[in-house]
Amino acid sequence: MSETPKRFWNEYQKEIADDHYFYERSQTFFPGSEAAFLKIMREELGKDIKDEANQHTCTGIGYHSDVVPIETTMTVVARLFSLMTEDGYENYVPSCVTSFGVFTEMVEMWKHDPALLEQARKYLKVATGREFELPKNIAHPSDIIFKFRNDLKPKMKYQLVNRFTGKPLRAVEHVGCHYAKIFPEKGVGKSEFPHVLSGMIEAWGGEVIDYPERRHCCGFGFRQYLVQENRGYSVANSKKKFESMEPYEPDFILTNCPGCGMFLDKWQYTISELEHKTYDKDGYGIPVLTYEELTGLLLGYDPWTLGLQLHQVQCETLMDKIGIAYNPDEKYKGVSGKVLAMPDKPTVLKV
Amino acid sequence: MGNLHDLLMQDLRFGEALKACMNCGVCTAICPAAEFYDYDPRRICDTVQRQDEEEIEKLLRSETIWYCGQCMSCKPRCPRGNIPGEVISVLRKRSQELGYFKDSEKGRQQKQLMNSIGSNILEIGYCVHPDKVDPAYHPEQGPIWEWYIENIEEIAPKLGANYHGDGPGALRKIREENLEEVRRIFEVTGGMELRKKVLEVEP
Repeated sequence: MSETPKRFWNEYQKEIADDHYFYERSQTFFPGSEAAFLKIMREELGKDIKDEANQHTCTGIGYHSDVVPIETTMTVVARLFSLMTEDGYENYVPSCVTSFGVFTEMVEMWKHDPALLEQARKYLKVATGREFELPKNIAHPSDIIFKFRNDLKPKMKYQLVNRFTGKPLRAVEHVGCHYAKIFPEKGVGKSEFPHVLSGMIEAWGGEVIDYPERRHCCGFGFRQYLVQENRGYSVANSKKKFESMEPYEPDFILTNCPGCGMFLDKWQYTISELEHKTYDKDGYGIPVLTYEELTGLLLGYDPWTLGLQLHQVQCETLMDKIGIAYNPDEKYKGVSGKVLAMPDKPTVLKV
Repeated sequence: MGNLHDLLMQDLRFGEALKACMNCGVCTAICPAAEFYDYDPRRICDTVQRQDEEEIEKLLRSETIWYCGQCMSCKPRCPRGNIPGEVISVLRKRSQELGYFKDSEKGRQQKQLMNSIGSNILEIGYCVHPDKVDPAYHPEQGPIWEWYIENIEEIAPKLGANYHGDGPGALRKIREENLEEVRRIFEVTGGMELRKKVLEVEP
């Protein structure tokens, strides 16, 4: 009998729970993405996922901006775990990559130093009277979509194939830094070769382009963006990425962090205004999608319910390549059906 | 003045953050801040490791410690398992507690952050929220953001958000009883004390 070949890939896998998730929402710059994720989980995959009304920020942005001490963040995390415990769940799913890093960091610290866990329990009890259990599993929603990528594929109306050429669409992915750089073993594929987004792209017919600055930070930098005077840091780092990916002519950028997705979209506009430069041949910019938006689009969800109209780099060129049917008349309609006044046009970036 | 190095070591994170740096400079090579600023995390780790009190005090009063973007790209690359970005977090915390942050322009920006992110957490239960991202101060967000904010009551519900609503959902109003518990956590764990210290900065 021949020996089973060693599969090194297994070393790069992480445990991702199968069902019964507690969802923690982000600061929500992409509300359509979060709504799509819940719809995919419940309606496409038939999973149980709790959207708890009493949740709040994990303080992650404040923690990494140094305005919230670690002891405070640790106890706020404990409160969020107490909500999960009360609701009878054990699998924690934080929408934001910063939150994912914060929750993973706190749980790892507690595992290594049980006195800190006791301290967090005590602080929470004194402050709120609450108690909590540790989650059995912490997974980012992109982990879950990755896990079920092959189950979703047969339900998809579209593939990542250019309908004009018949060739796979070429994508670059940007994985949020705190997904795997802080705790590499907590990310699918670890920090150097994260497969969480590239696995989706490949499964759904696309081609992943490697580019030199693939792992470079988007430039958020917390205080480097949040303080207006420091924003040069932020745009400079995004620019480094755009320049690095430009020669490969990607059809789109895929992200798994709400912050990264926003910056890689909006900084393209800023650079176009400052330097009259766009990073595609035709002057429209490179569309940036969240993994929820991409999954939703391929499943046939309405792009204007997913929120693509909130992107500064418009996504119609990409949707046309995929062959997605959409109604342009619905793009600027509100929930009441009222047609809203059109947004102003950028000076350089074509829309 | 007590021993500053000992004070750094008392932070929960310090033991993991800096074990033994061999000064290879990989952290600086990978660092986005080092490309943008005159910034060198290798030197910071070296200064802290040498336990030179005078140099550590200079660091705590410097612009330098405020240049890091907390991306933690340094963490997986360090061959000794140090976390220079977390050394920075410890230095920043102590700089604020000791009032040294007031000596640097970048350090004084903490007041602005406390008044924005810090206040948002306590007042609305979010670090950031579209209501707090005024297009006038965020020209980089482009005309789409202005359009969104002008029409958010029409757009957000279309995307499934529960804008300012009770119950679950994106952009929901965080209930007062939850905010009150978060505030009590800040009182009990030192969050309010740090807030007070940072807000002492003169305009």
